[in-house]
Amino acid sequence: MAALPPSRAKRVLPGFGISLGYTLLYLSLIVLIPLSALFLKAAGGGWEFFWNTVSAPRVMASYRLSIGASFIAASINAVAGLVVAWVLVRYRFPGKRIIDALVDLPFALPTAVAGIALTAIYAPSGWIGRWLTADGLKEITHATFLGQWLDRFIPEDGIQTAFSPLGVTIALTFISLPFVVRTVQPVLEDLNPEFEQAAATLGATRLTTFLRVVLPEIWPALLTGFALAFARAIGEYGSVVFISGNMPMKTEIAPLIIISKLEQYDYRGAAAVAVVMLFISFAMLFVINLLQRLSSQRFAAPV
Amino acid sequence: MAATVPLRAPTAAPPPSTDTLTESYWVRGALITFTLLFLIVFLFLPLAAVFIEAFRKGSDMFFAAFKDPDALSAIRLTFLAAGIAVPLNLVFGLAASWAITKFSFPGKSLLLSLIDVPFAVSPVISGLVYVLLFGAQGWFGPWLREHDIKIIFAVPGIVLATIFVTFPFVARELIPLMQSQGSDEEQAAVSLGANGWQTFWHVTLPNVKWALLYGVILCNARAMGEFGAVSVVSGHIRGETNTLPLHVEILYNEYNFVAAFACASLLALLALVTLALKTLVESKFSGSEAAAP
Repeated sequence: MAALPPSRAKRVLPGFGISLGYTLLYLSLIVLIPLSALFLKAAGGGWEFFWNTVSAPRVMASYRLSIGASFIAASINAVAGLVVAWVLVRYRFPGKRIIDALVDLPFALPTAVAGIALTAIYAPSGWIGRWLTADGLKEITHATFLGQWLDRFIPEDGIQTAFSPLGVTIALTFISLPFVVRTVQPVLEDLNPEFEQAAATLGATRLTTFLRVVLPEIWPALLTGFALAFARAIGEYGSVVFISGNMPMKTEIAPLIIISKLEQYDYRGAAAVAVVMLFISFAMLFVINLLQRLSSQRFAAPV
Repeated sequence: MAATVPLRAPTAAPPPSTDTLTESYWVRGALITFTLLFLIVFLFLPLAAVFIEAFRKGSDMFFAAFKDPDALSAIRLTFLAAGIAVPLNLVFGLAASWAITKFSFPGKSLLLSLIDVPFAVSPVISGLVYVLLFGAQGWFGPWLREHDIKIIFAVPGIVLATIFVTFPFVARELIPLMQSQGSDEEQAAVSLGANGWQTFWHVTLPNVKWALLYGVILCNARAMGEFGAVSVVSGHIRGETNTLPLHVEILYNEYNFVAAFACASLLALLALVTLALKTLVESKFSGSEAAAP
């Protein structure tokens, strides 16, 4: 960050008025005015209407599912993403460059495509889904030496993935996969190996070195990645609607409630549900900014 | 680790053994295996599923999906929406990064946060805000009806929603890079008598061209693939307001799986091309531009 001292940069270059003016105009027209319309619409019905809408059991159930599944998906990605980032930075193996590029697939693949592909895999007749039905699980266990003895542990309906909260979590894990990898990766690359060497010289095991030397350094990046993944998953719609089955109270996510309210021309109700979601998103954004400030201070310190 | 003293290995010391910096053979093997398994199940399998399902009934059925006039009009509309949204957000990205990185003014960090807002907003809400403004019961609804202008459930709404969801892409790539480059070169150009436009065209733009391209590639991929926001404002009128992702949804819900996956494979191909271009630009990036974000 080699920003110039403001006094010198100020007004020497032309185009300040027009570029800032255009930026503010475009930002207002596309983002600020439409978003304020949302808040005004939600406020227009009064506090009681707002509260009754967002505290309705079906809406609360959708918030619980969206937040819970997003949290689990972000947690899975925090652990797996850390391992993936570590492997991509530290080890050499064939196909590494392709895998590195492929990590961004969830950013590039349209969500609807991801949705139908995941459903094709996890539906009861799908590639993986068929082995998770009761019959499929029995087929697997009968092939082991324990045979039919394991049958008693198989749930009657098998393990439901598609059309269950598990399916929602799988879809959210897919779309939020790149965040942790991409936030941790550059920090790991910049990590000075001398610290780890010093720890090893002083007799620390590899695990201790990781926990006491490496982890504290990448902690802010890891948390930032987690928060970004969580924020993205909370609002996700396209990849989830196909695999979730959209059953009210069970597998209905919050964005879907907004859509169904819109279809009933309940604009005010849709706006109320949306405002709560926006509030959660902005809270996450605030946390992310805080974390980034924290980590940039850490990196700024030694220089 | 707030080490203010730069650590330097004593010059006489032997080169550090790599053993201390890596894990045992088994740990390494386990971590690489886990990575490969995780990425195969979560990334490779869905991608493969799209193409395999698309060709399940043979290539004739696959190509038949694109003879459908509704599919063709969906492809056209997808290109149209991206063709409007990407250039507009490109111009915005240039203007915003010029204002933010070359000048200082109060409220700059607030402006930076506001530019990021569309990323934090659920796609469904991105569509909803325009319905609240221009829908039948929206603020401008009655006025629009009087003047016989359709925005929601029509092409303008789709374009607006696409602009909203792709709003920050170019600006986000340019701002950190231009910040780290500073404005010394521009000031030199101006003091040598170049006007603002010349400075921008001959000094700034060549310095950021790869970041710009990078932003445009990502912006375009999102614009063509957007589903949630567009779904809210489209009204799903076949042949008129369906983009390609929406067409995929309709076909899928009609149990026309082969056609749905055929159209989806086109979008998956777009994603693969995007990833390839992105990787290519990244390698140029590290060569010619310092301090990529």
